[in-house]
Amino acid sequence: MVINLDNAFGIHTRALSLYSQRTAVLAANLANADTPNYKAQDIDFKGILTRLSSGGNESSQMAATQAGHFGMKTITSRAAERLYRQPHQPSLDGNTVDVQAEQAAFTDNALRYMTTLRFVSGKVQGLMTALRGE
Amino acid sequence: MSLFNVFDISGSALSAQTIRLNTVASNLANAEVVSGSPEDTYKAKAPVFQTLFNDAINKDGASGVEVLEILESSAAPRQQYQPEHPLADDNGNVWLPNVNAIGEMANMISASRSYQSNIEVMNTSKQLLLRTLSLGQ
Repeated sequence: MVINLDNAFGIHTRALSLYSQRTAVLAANLANADTPNYKAQDIDFKGILTRLSSGGNESSQMAATQAGHFGMKTITSRAAERLYRQPHQPSLDGNTVDVQAEQAAFTDNALRYMTTLRFVSGKVQGLMTALRGE
Repeated sequence: MSLFNVFDISGSALSAQTIRLNTVASNLANAEVVSGSPEDTYKAKAPVFQTLFNDAINKDGASGVEVLEILESSAAPRQQYQPEHPLADDNGNVWLPNVNAIGEMANMISASRSYQSNIEVMNTSKQLLLRTLSLGQ
Protein backbone atom coordinates (compact mmCIF):
# COMPACT_ATOMS: atom_id res chain seq x y z
CA MET A 1 0.00 0.00 0.00
CA VAL A 2 1.36 3.35 -0.96
CA ILE A 3 0.44 6.27 1.26
CA ASN A 4 -0.30 9.36 -0.78
CA LEU A 5 0.82 12.21 1.44
CA ASP A 6 -1.07 14.73 -0.68
CA ASN A 7 -4.32 13.05 0.28
CA ALA A 8 -3.30 12.05 3.79
CA PHE A 9 -4.33 15.37 5.29
CA GLY A 10 -7.55 15.65 3.36
CA ILE A 11 -9.28 18.98 3.28
CA HIS A 12 -7.27 20.35 6.20
CA THR A 13 -4.30 21.63 4.19
CA ARG A 14 -6.58 23.64 1.92
CA ALA A 15 -8.50 24.91 4.91
CA LEU A 16 -5.24 26.02 6.58
CA SER A 17 -4.21 27.94 3.48
CA LEU A 18 -7.63 29.62 3.33
CA TYR A 19 -7.58 30.48 7.02
CA SER A 20 -4.18 32.15 6.64
CA GLN A 21 -5.50 34.16 3.68
CA ARG A 22 -8.51 35.20 5.72
CA THR A 23 -6.17 36.23 8.55
CA ALA A 24 -4.47 38.67 6.16
CA VAL A 25 -7.79 40.07 4.92
CA LEU A 26 -9.07 40.61 8.48
CA ALA A 27 -5.72 42.14 9.49
CA ALA A 28 -6.07 44.57 6.58
CA ASN A 29 -9.54 45.53 7.82
CA LEU A 30 -8.17 46.27 11.28
CA ALA A 31 -5.17 48.12 9.84
CA ASN A 32 -7.53 50.35 7.84
CA ALA A 33 -9.96 50.94 10.70
CA ASP A 34 -9.27 54.70 10.52
CA THR A 35 -8.83 55.07 6.74
CA PRO A 36 -11.47 57.25 5.05
CA ASN A 37 -13.54 55.47 2.37
CA TYR A 38 -12.06 52.04 3.12
CA LYS A 39 -14.63 49.25 2.72
CA ALA A 40 -14.31 46.22 5.01
CA GLN A 41 -13.82 42.94 3.15
CA ASP A 42 -14.01 39.24 3.80
CA ILE A 43 -13.69 36.08 1.73
CA ASP A 44 -16.41 33.59 0.85
CA PHE A 45 -14.80 30.79 2.84
CA LYS A 46 -17.43 28.13 2.27
CA GLY A 47 -17.64 28.83 -1.46
CA ILE A 48 -13.88 28.61 -2.05
CA LEU A 49 -13.44 25.52 0.12
CA THR A 50 -16.30 23.74 -1.62
CA ARG A 51 -14.74 24.51 -5.00
CA LEU A 52 -11.26 23.47 -3.86
CA SER A 53 -12.45 20.19 -2.34
CA SER A 54 -14.51 19.34 -5.42
CA GLY A 55 -11.26 18.86 -7.33
CA GLY A 56 -10.77 22.36 -8.67
CA ASN A 57 -7.46 24.10 -8.16
CA GLU A 58 -6.98 27.62 -6.90
CA SER A 59 -7.11 29.26 -10.30
CA SER A 60 -10.37 29.67 -12.09
CA GLN A 61 -10.34 28.37 -15.63
CA MET A 62 -12.18 29.65 -18.63
CA ALA A 63 -14.11 27.17 -20.72
CA ALA A 64 -12.16 26.17 -23.84
CA THR A 65 -14.83 25.41 -26.41
CA GLN A 66 -12.66 25.79 -29.52
CA ALA A 67 -9.34 24.19 -30.36
CA GLY A 68 -7.58 27.58 -30.44
CA HIS A 69 -8.71 28.74 -26.98
CA PHE A 70 -6.12 29.27 -24.29
CA GLY A 71 -6.57 27.78 -20.85
CA MET A 72 -5.98 31.08 -19.02
CA LYS A 73 -4.88 29.24 -15.90
CA THR A 74 -3.00 32.28 -14.68
CA ILE A 75 -6.13 34.14 -13.65
CA THR A 76 -6.45 33.50 -9.96
CA SER A 77 -9.89 33.81 -8.55
CA ARG A 78 -8.80 34.88 -5.09
CA ALA A 79 -9.34 38.58 -5.67
CA ALA A 80 -12.78 37.89 -7.10
CA GLU A 81 -13.70 35.90 -4.02
CA ARG A 82 -13.15 38.88 -1.76
CA LEU A 83 -16.51 40.43 -0.95
CA TYR A 84 -17.43 43.64 0.78
CA ARG A 85 -19.14 43.48 4.14
CA GLN A 86 -22.67 44.76 4.62
CA PRO A 87 -22.03 47.64 7.04
CA HIS A 88 -24.15 47.78 10.19
CA GLN A 89 -23.15 51.34 10.96
CA PRO A 90 -21.02 53.08 8.32
CA SER A 91 -19.01 56.14 9.37
CA LEU A 92 -19.48 59.58 7.89
CA ASP A 93 -16.02 59.32 6.28
CA GLY A 94 -17.14 56.31 4.21
CA ASN A 95 -15.32 53.72 6.33
CA THR A 96 -17.27 50.51 6.95
CA VAL A 97 -14.89 48.75 9.37
CA ASP A 98 -16.58 47.70 12.61
CA VAL A 99 -13.52 47.15 14.82
CA GLN A 100 -15.29 44.97 17.40
CA ALA A 101 -16.83 42.72 14.74
CA GLU A 102 -13.49 42.42 12.95
CA GLN A 103 -11.67 41.55 16.17
CA ALA A 104 -14.29 38.88 16.90
CA ALA A 105 -13.93 37.49 13.37
CA PHE A 106 -10.14 37.54 13.69
CA THR A 107 -10.16 35.62 16.97
CA ASP A 108 -12.69 33.15 15.55
CA ASN A 109 -10.49 32.66 12.48
CA ALA A 110 -7.36 32.14 14.61
CA LEU A 111 -9.11 29.51 16.75
CA ARG A 112 -10.35 27.68 13.66
CA TYR A 113 -6.81 27.76 12.26
CA MET A 114 -5.47 26.21 15.46
CA THR A 115 -8.21 23.57 15.44
CA THR A 116 -7.38 22.57 11.89
CA LEU A 117 -3.70 22.57 12.84
CA ARG A 118 -4.50 20.15 15.65
CA PHE A 119 -6.19 17.80 13.17
CA VAL A 120 -3.16 17.91 10.86
CA SER A 121 -0.84 17.39 13.81
CA GLY A 122 -2.86 14.35 14.85
CA LYS A 123 -2.58 12.92 11.36
CA VAL A 124 1.19 13.41 11.39
CA GLN A 125 1.48 11.74 14.77
CA GLY A 126 -0.69 8.86 13.57
CA LEU A 127 1.52 8.38 10.54
CA MET A 128 4.64 8.51 12.70
CA THR A 129 3.23 5.87 15.04
CA ALA A 130 2.45 3.66 12.05
CA LEU A 131 5.96 4.17 10.62
CA ARG A 132 7.76 3.40 13.86
CA GLY A 133 5.67 0.33 14.54
CA GLU A 134 6.54 0.43 18.24
CA MET B 1 2.17 32.35 2.95
CA SER B 2 -0.41 34.91 3.93
CA LEU B 3 0.41 34.88 7.61
CA PHE B 4 3.70 36.64 6.88
CA ASN B 5 1.81 39.38 5.04
CA VAL B 6 -0.02 40.14 8.28
CA PHE B 7 3.22 41.60 9.64
CA ASP B 8 3.51 43.93 6.64
CA ILE B 9 -0.13 44.99 6.91
CA SER B 10 -0.25 45.49 10.68
CA GLY B 11 3.25 47.00 10.64
CA SER B 12 2.10 49.66 8.18
CA ALA B 13 -0.82 50.43 10.50
CA LEU B 14 1.51 50.72 13.51
CA SER B 15 3.65 53.18 11.59
CA ALA B 16 0.60 55.23 10.51
CA GLN B 17 -0.82 55.33 14.04
CA THR B 18 2.59 56.41 15.36
CA ILE B 19 2.56 59.37 12.99
CA ARG B 20 -0.96 60.19 14.20
CA LEU B 21 0.25 60.06 17.82
CA ASN B 22 3.17 62.30 16.85
CA THR B 23 0.85 64.95 15.41
CA VAL B 24 -1.25 64.80 18.60
CA ALA B 25 1.90 65.26 20.69
CA SER B 26 3.00 68.17 18.50
CA ASN B 27 -0.43 69.83 18.71
CA LEU B 28 -0.64 69.50 22.50
CA ALA B 29 2.96 70.65 22.97
CA ASN B 30 2.33 73.77 20.89
CA ALA B 31 -1.16 74.48 22.27
CA GLU B 32 -0.03 77.55 24.24
CA VAL B 33 2.60 78.99 21.91
CA VAL B 34 1.82 82.70 21.62
CA SER B 35 2.59 84.67 18.47
CA GLY B 36 2.22 88.26 17.31
CA SER B 37 0.21 87.70 14.12
CA PRO B 38 -2.41 85.16 12.92
CA GLU B 39 -0.13 84.03 10.06
CA ASP B 40 2.76 83.07 12.36
CA THR B 41 0.55 81.10 14.76
CA TYR B 42 1.03 77.33 14.96
CA LYS B 43 -1.79 75.45 13.22
CA ALA B 44 -3.14 72.10 14.43
CA LYS B 45 -1.92 69.21 12.25
CA ALA B 46 -3.77 66.02 11.32
CA PRO B 47 -2.65 63.05 9.18
CA VAL B 48 -4.75 61.72 6.29
CA PHE B 49 -4.75 57.92 5.99
CA GLN B 50 -4.88 56.07 2.70
CA THR B 51 -5.09 52.37 1.82
CA LEU B 52 -1.71 51.16 0.60
CA PHE B 53 -2.19 49.51 -2.79
CA ASN B 54 1.23 47.96 -2.86
CA ASP B 55 1.64 45.16 -5.42
CA ALA B 56 3.74 43.05 -3.09
CA ILE B 57 1.01 43.05 -0.47
CA ASN B 58 -1.98 43.32 -2.75
CA LYS B 59 -1.34 40.11 -4.66
CA ASP B 60 -2.83 38.23 -1.76
CA GLY B 61 -5.79 40.51 -1.63
CA ALA B 62 -5.09 42.46 1.53
CA SER B 63 -3.59 45.92 1.87
CA GLY B 64 -2.04 48.02 4.58
CA VAL B 65 -2.32 51.72 5.32
CA GLU B 66 -0.07 54.73 4.83
CA VAL B 67 -0.15 58.42 5.70
CA LEU B 68 -1.01 60.31 2.51
CA GLU B 69 -0.28 63.79 3.86
CA ILE B 70 -0.40 65.86 7.01
CA LEU B 71 -2.95 68.65 6.76
CA GLU B 72 -3.05 71.85 8.80
CA SER B 73 -6.32 72.93 10.35
CA SER B 74 -7.95 75.94 8.68
CA ALA B 75 -9.77 77.02 11.86
CA ALA B 76 -9.12 80.61 12.98
CA PRO B 77 -6.46 81.06 15.68
CA ARG B 78 -7.60 82.19 19.12
CA GLN B 79 -7.21 85.92 19.67
CA GLN B 80 -6.39 87.29 23.12
CA TYR B 81 -6.18 90.87 24.33
CA GLN B 82 -2.88 91.16 26.26
CA PRO B 83 -1.42 94.63 25.69
CA GLU B 84 1.39 94.01 28.21
CA HIS B 85 2.65 90.98 26.24
CA PRO B 86 5.97 91.67 24.45
CA LEU B 87 4.63 90.07 21.23
CA ALA B 88 1.34 92.01 21.23
CA ASP B 89 0.55 93.98 18.04
CA ASP B 90 -0.52 97.64 17.82
CA ASN B 91 -4.04 96.79 19.05
CA GLY B 92 -2.70 94.84 22.03
CA ASN B 93 -3.68 91.41 20.66
CA VAL B 94 -1.74 88.14 20.69
CA TRP B 95 -2.73 84.90 18.93
CA LEU B 96 -2.84 81.35 20.22
CA PRO B 97 -2.97 78.15 18.09
CA ASN B 98 -6.30 76.68 16.96
CA VAL B 99 -5.58 73.44 18.89
CA ASN B 100 -8.64 71.79 20.44
CA ALA B 101 -7.12 70.05 23.46
CA ILE B 102 -10.19 67.87 24.16
CA GLY B 103 -10.36 66.75 20.54
CA GLU B 104 -6.65 65.95 20.60
CA MET B 105 -7.04 63.83 23.73
CA ALA B 106 -9.88 61.85 22.10
CA ASN B 107 -7.73 61.47 18.97
CA MET B 108 -4.87 60.19 21.12
CA ILE B 109 -7.04 57.53 22.79
CA SER B 110 -8.39 56.42 19.40
CA ALA B 111 -4.86 56.14 17.96
CA SER B 112 -3.68 54.23 21.02
CA ARG B 113 -6.57 51.74 20.79
CA SER B 114 -5.94 51.17 17.08
CA TYR B 115 -2.25 50.61 17.82
CA GLN B 116 -3.16 48.04 20.48
CA SER B 117 -5.54 46.12 18.23
CA ASN B 118 -2.89 45.89 15.50
CA ILE B 119 -0.35 44.63 18.05
CA GLU B 120 -2.87 41.96 19.06
CA VAL B 121 -3.26 40.93 15.42
CA MET B 122 0.51 40.56 15.08
CA ASN B 123 0.80 38.57 18.32
CA THR B 124 -1.95 36.17 17.27
CA SER B 125 -0.39 35.69 13.84
CA LYS B 126 2.97 35.03 15.47
CA GLN B 127 1.43 32.34 17.64
CA LEU B 128 -0.26 30.75 14.62
CA LEU B 129 3.04 30.70 12.73
CA LEU B 130 4.94 29.23 15.69
CA ARG B 131 2.31 26.52 16.12
CA THR B 132 2.56 25.75 12.40
CA LEU B 133 6.34 25.48 12.66
CA SER B 134 6.07 22.91 15.44
CA LEU B 135 3.60 20.84 13.43
CA GLY B 136 3.76 17.11 14.17
CA GLN B 137 6.15 17.41 17.09
